[in-house]
Amino acid sequence: MNLNGKAWTVGDHIDTDVIIPARYLNTSDPNELATYCMIDYDKDFVTKIKAGDVMVAGANFGCGSSREHAPIAIKVAGISCVIAKTFARIFYRNAINIGLPILESAEASEKIKEGDELEIDLANGKIVNVTRKESYTATAFPPFMQELIAQGGLINYTKKKLGTAKA
Amino acid sequence: MGQTITEKILAAHAGKASVKPGDLIQAKLDIVLGNDITAPVAINEFNKLGVDKVFATDRIALIPDHFTPNKDIKSAEQVKVLREFAAKMGITHFYDVGEMGVEHALLPEMGIVGPGDLIIGADSHTCTYGALGAFSTGVGSTDMGIAMATGEAWFKVPESIKFVIKGKKKKWVSGKDLILYIIGQIGVDGARYQAMEFTGPAIKDFSIDERFTIANMAIEAGAKNGIFGVDDVTLEYVKGRTIRPYQIYESDADATYARTIEIDLADVDMQVAFPHLPENTKSISEAKGLKIDQVVIGSCTNGRIEDLRIAAHIMKGKKVAKGVRCIIIPATQQIYKQAMNEGLFNIFIDANAAVSTPTCGPCLGGHMGILAKGERSLATTNRNFVGRMGSTESEVYLASPAVAAASAITGTISSPEDVI
Repeated sequence: MNLNGKAWTVGDHIDTDVIIPARYLNTSDPNELATYCMIDYDKDFVTKIKAGDVMVAGANFGCGSSREHAPIAIKVAGISCVIAKTFARIFYRNAINIGLPILESAEASEKIKEGDELEIDLANGKIVNVTRKESYTATAFPPFMQELIAQGGLINYTKKKLGTAKA
Repeated sequence: MGQTITEKILAAHAGKASVKPGDLIQAKLDIVLGNDITAPVAINEFNKLGVDKVFATDRIALIPDHFTPNKDIKSAEQVKVLREFAAKMGITHFYDVGEMGVEHALLPEMGIVGPGDLIIGADSHTCTYGALGAFSTGVGSTDMGIAMATGEAWFKVPESIKFVIKGKKKKWVSGKDLILYIIGQIGVDGARYQAMEFTGPAIKDFSIDERFTIANMAIEAGAKNGIFGVDDVTLEYVKGRTIRPYQIYESDADATYARTIEIDLADVDMQVAFPHLPENTKSISEAKGLKIDQVVIGSCTNGRIEDLRIAAHIMKGKKVAKGVRCIIIPATQQIYKQAMNEGLFNIFIDANAAVSTPTCGPCLGGHMGILAKGERSLATTNRNFVGRMGSTESEVYLASPAVAAASAITGTISSPEDVI
């Protein structure tokens, strides 16, 4: 799958309380959660971004709480992919489980500037920075995770395994 | 080649003789946990699977503790989802208001978790149970939903960092100070994806309540789990308490570690973590004097009986400073009753502190003590991120119950030495 979008850069240690503050967690409606995405970082974030845009972060993105509401809010708000230098463990797992594309690349994280136009080849982990005429390669996923991603997340993967998936 | 306690527990639950860091395994779970924020999403995912029952009715814990007693209509609807699912599935460990406590204090107290267990919870502080020599880690709602159906989850076996704790604790220094000190040293991603194993000759001097506090905050260094070996302190706690047989695992002498970090307690003073990351630690002498508006003593980190005892010891016969709200939240009903019977509530109430029913409440900015713009809270909780306890322009400082109690009395960040 190829993605195209504009980069929105954020710093190191962006925590899940900033991505979706707990005061909005009295709902589990994805569309409602998306309206609060990154509200404590930039209250206008969801109105500034266009569907398909890419979030580019520093180290330890998604640290803190295990709330899956965080990758859900990012995905439903329209962000097509999160690129980070590193991801916090639970966020990484949750993003793969729910099918939010994520890529780990220190080089991309350092070199991409806000507003850069990006083209991403997810299957091969290739990131092309159209604005700067550069390209970066993300860390490859282990085969098991590639399979999870290919099947659209952990629910579909498990349904197939349990034999409850409709043919 | 030797294995760590973390590797042994994961291997045993994956039906393997041994595992090594980096291995991807499918493992059987002893307990699957969720709360009023994460379980509704998990139940929704569970319902997508096309199965009609959970893998075991007595291996799932649903604890509505975050926004309870229900803070608003939407929260009430969320808890109702848990209540109805628990009834429909016949889940044993669903505890509503009145029986409910903060999940990570409640599960060990009720003996639902014990040594050698493999536990996942849709809450990042699930790592708390490592205090008992269990492997426990936080996951998201999808993992929880699937685990409720299958009783299994996938894991990447983590590398371990060995912390060797030696020397003697200084006066007033507690498990909270040690873990804040460690996070200050290694940073909020210093143990990312790794196990933090706490060992050394001084571990015996840390009570089970202190060990819960230490394991609880392993996630604040990015760790997958925090874990202790089982010793007499552990056994005394679990004896007659665990409702299932437990299994003791210990690290081999020749186990492999990513790194070993030695900590001499002579170097560890009382700590305060400044906004807005738990790694921004300072020793009490550097932190003293900052004016505060609120003190919170409670949470899955420090709402246990020892925490309340030390706070009462410091606050006895004194008054909370004018202009400071002091909110004390025993973590479970049992702790609440014990504190009441020991006379701690008389001390708190005479000091003009407010005592609350168990809830996570203010720790995550839910309710029961939200901060206004420009306000500053000193709390025994675990996170001081931007907006964690209320306004994005408020501040949270993390410390031990002793520092929190002393600060409530003076109205500024203080050492217990300043008031006793």
